[in-house]
Amino acid sequence: MTAPGGTAPLITLRRAGVSFGATRALQGIDLALHRGERLVMVGPNGSGKTTLLRLMHGLLAHEGERRVHPLQPEGREPVCAMLFQRPFLLHLSVQWNVRVGLWLQGVPRREHAARSADALERVGLGGLARRRARELSGGQQQRLALARAFALQPDILFLDEPTASLDPGAKREIEALITATAGPELTLVMSTHDLRQARRLASRVIFLDEGRLLADLEVGRFFEGAALPEAATRFLKGELTWSH
Amino acid sequence: MVPLNLRRRLIGALLAIAGIGLALQAPPARAQDARFIVMASTTSTEQSGLFAHLLPAFKQATGIDVRVVAVGTGQALDQARRGDADIVFVHDTAAEQKFVAEGFATERRNVMYNDFVLIGPKADPAGVKGHDIAAALKRIAATGQPFVSRGDKSGTHSAELRQWKRAGIDIAAARPAGYKDCGCGMGPALNMAAATNAYVLSDRGTWLSFKNRGDLTILVEGDQALFNQYGVMVVNPAKHPHAKAALAQQFADWVVSPAGQQAIAAYKIGGEQLFFPNAGR
Amino acid sequence: MSTVIDSLRTAVALAAGGDPTLWRTALLSLQVSGTACLIGAGFGITLGAALAVSRFPGQHALIVIVNTLLGMPSVVVGLLVYLLLSRQGPLGQYGILFTPAAMVVAQSVLVVPLIAALTRRQLLASLAEGGDQLQSLGAGAPATALLLLVHERFGLLTVLLTAFGRAIAEVGAVMIVGGNIDGVTRVMTTTIALETSKGDLPLALALGLILLSVTGVVNVAIGLLQWRGTRTPLQAFG
Repeated sequence: MTAPGGTAPLITLRRAGVSFGATRALQGIDLALHRGERLVMVGPNGSGKTTLLRLMHGLLAHEGERRVHPLQPEGREPVCAMLFQRPFLLHLSVQWNVRVGLWLQGVPRREHAARSADALERVGLGGLARRRARELSGGQQQRLALARAFALQPDILFLDEPTASLDPGAKREIEALITATAGPELTLVMSTHDLRQARRLASRVIFLDEGRLLADLEVGRFFEGAALPEAATRFLKGELTWSH
Repeated sequence: MVPLNLRRRLIGALLAIAGIGLALQAPPARAQDARFIVMASTTSTEQSGLFAHLLPAFKQATGIDVRVVAVGTGQALDQARRGDADIVFVHDTAAEQKFVAEGFATERRNVMYNDFVLIGPKADPAGVKGHDIAAALKRIAATGQPFVSRGDKSGTHSAELRQWKRAGIDIAAARPAGYKDCGCGMGPALNMAAATNAYVLSDRGTWLSFKNRGDLTILVEGDQALFNQYGVMVVNPAKHPHAKAALAQQFADWVVSPAGQQAIAAYKIGGEQLFFPNAGR
Repeated sequence: MSTVIDSLRTAVALAAGGDPTLWRTALLSLQVSGTACLIGAGFGITLGAALAVSRFPGQHALIVIVNTLLGMPSVVVGLLVYLLLSRQGPLGQYGILFTPAAMVVAQSVLVVPLIAALTRRQLLASLAEGGDQLQSLGAGAPATALLLLVHERFGLLTVLLTAFGRAIAEVGAVMIVGGNIDGVTRVMTTTIALETSKGDLPLALALGLILLSVTGVVNVAIGLLQWRGTRTPLQAFG
């Protein structure tokens, strides 16, 4: 785990905001993502977590500044990949879904077979390479989405409530795969409504409410006693009284 | 279970074979149509069955295919004016002469004639039966009985209008009570007459081969005025250089020659001759 | 009623008797409409995909135009193509009026709006489901369109089948640009029109039943293909 202040940032947002028509989904966001972090966003529904993820990934038009900084020491742009709550898989085989990702990124054709087979092995789907992707179970489909992302050899992995639709067993599998691969090579940015999951996976937690970033703390300090805005405290209390 | 990619390959192969099969059909058609002309003629002539009898004989004599586009006389002449036909074979002498005067053909030739007949319900409520067409039309107008007109600028339609004029009735100014203008070909007009027990002027050829007669029969025939002259005209290459004038001329020459005239006379339906050759007369 | 029964008998006799003219006419119908659908698919699927996936100025106007052209009467299409192909028209020098090629052109024009509108509708659903995920993988509009077309390939087959049904059943366009020339441009529908106008109604109806059967066979064949592809029979025939 690297201290946020020590390393150079990968993505910085300055006074960033996103509007959809008349609705302001995000405003006044100041955020810096550092290499090796495991940044988890929490907050009530509609607080802007998904929008912030997409903004960081570069999918949305925005106001304010968003800057992507080259990796040090490699000196190249970071490769990003994103996982969604319900993965969109094409009516093709498992391996072809992975290869599509490689094709879109512009990876040379000769590397496709090896990289896709490799990624599928990593997530434990090697034996199902020729199966129709849409016939897989929910957990397997999310693993396929992970394989698709891993095949791209990303530097930053965005995850939008990746286990929200999964049963507990599948949830554990996905979490295990994520933690196994996260590290100085892979920076994580994840949103979740599951606070225990946040506690398990995060190195740093931010709290969003009504489009504003209200708290940004190291994980220990977030969950244990640091002075939090009222909204955050209420949110934590509300969640933790339920048993999972 | 057949693996997914093998099945896809099989389907792809099937589609490819089908596609090739489709494509292969095209060339043979083009090979045999090297020598052909497009003839604009009328629906009544085609539906009488004359062409099915006449054109094979011409093909045998000269090896030329004649492709008949059958529309109304007016439309046939317009088509030739536009250059979309090589030769015209219709039955409206006045319109044909205008066509020649306009320069779209250098001459018209008589080929054959048939006659028009007045068709009507067997019961004949207007009492027209006989051999005088003008008198018959006067009675139809007076009794207001239903009458179907083709209304499509065809040779038959022009003949019909001429007869109304001879009967002293101005259709444009005052239509008789039962007059129905269908704007259609001879077949559909007969269909309509059969369905509504109406009177209708038809060429004998179409009537003889018409199958849906209902309660209709021939009521007036043999009037000199019902004589229907057919003419042939080669489209003038000066107006339309691409027209196949040489091939078309072969047809124009053949159809007035003894061979062509004999073929016309030989065409019969139920033992009855439909068309009477009269080239050069 | 007796006409209908006569026609059924005539239809069976014709089909069983293997009359060469009948089969040649049916084959020409299949060739003309089949080719027209393939050509129309080239333009129609591209247009439909572009309308679904891209954003460009005038897009909404174009969508309205395409949807309106869906209802264009076939005889009007025939007339427009006739004017194009006539010797006096812009494409007259190719001399393809009154040939099967002209009929293919007319029917292609007829089915392009249909294929475009249906393709667009088919893709919009998938686009809503996964458009942003494809975008996050790095797909621009052309790549998204291509991937969704592959994704929806069985649905597109149904679209083509619909277009084929429209083409093979129409008579207005092929009558005008083909001229209904015996042995050259006479197809099933123009034969039916001709026999009707000659008053031979049982024969016309019989030919109509045969045409329906031919189209039915094509539908069943494609449906079977889809069934093997998706293994969900109800969806395949829908």
